[in-house]
Amino acid sequence: MERIIFYILALIIVVFSIASVSSRKMLRSVIYLLFVLCGIAGFYFLIDYNFLAAIQLTVYAGGIIVLLIFSVMLIHHIEMELEVAKKSRQILVGLLCLFGLGVFLTTIYAHPFVVVENKLTTSTADIGHKLLSYDAGGFILPFEVISVLLLAAMIGAIVIAKKSRE
Amino acid sequence: MIAGISLYEILTITSILFFVGVYGFITRKNLISVLISIELILNASVVNFVAINKYLYPNALQGVVFSIFIIAVAAAETVLAVSIIINLYRQISSVEVKDTEIMKY
Repeated sequence: MERIIFYILALIIVVFSIASVSSRKMLRSVIYLLFVLCGIAGFYFLIDYNFLAAIQLTVYAGGIIVLLIFSVMLIHHIEMELEVAKKSRQILVGLLCLFGLGVFLTTIYAHPFVVVENKLTTSTADIGHKLLSYDAGGFILPFEVISVLLLAAMIGAIVIAKKSRE
Repeated sequence: MIAGISLYEILTITSILFFVGVYGFITRKNLISVLISIELILNASVVNFVAINKYLYPNALQGVVFSIFIIAVAAAETVLAVSIIINLYRQISSVEVKDTEIMKY
């Protein structure tokens, strides 16, 4: 059962990511990206990290996609067709990407991973304790740095996007 | 971990996702499309972190914590990129890559 669901999700992710980078219509491309992100969230549910799946759905599918749709609506007509790269360039880049994929896959399949069989579930409380612990291996410092980064990004976005006084 | 699915299959999917993102990053001519490709690449790396954490080190939580940080950085990056794109559109009325050849004014 889980196998079938995994293959369905993998199919969704691969097909819609390819559709997302090859669609001529801007808004459709963003919607295909939404499908890819939802597929990845389903993958997190499958691998038993519910908290990450919730974060994926709220931050990506809820926040980033809406932001991208807003910017597309502000900038383009919905039906506007994008100009695409030359055919020869597309084929060249596609071949290079296939070559890189081949190198990646041969490296991955040649590496013997020592898989630990387990049925552990991680609760949100575990992640929270890990994030806020002062002990060795705790992540309190990056957590605080990330909060400063988000504040800086917020202020920066306001400063950049606001109308400049002429 | 997922019953009946090995780590190799997950890494195959994420590699495909990564290279689709790289392909889009190089071939698309529009700044928002480039941003979409970057999201695909970041998502591939996040799934890698999570899967390797679950399959190889199930008692550790480093992969999950790092993926939370990656998602936060991706959100910040998207916000800044969209604000830059909107500002650029206001100044040169275009978001094509070939038209953006000035850094300031």
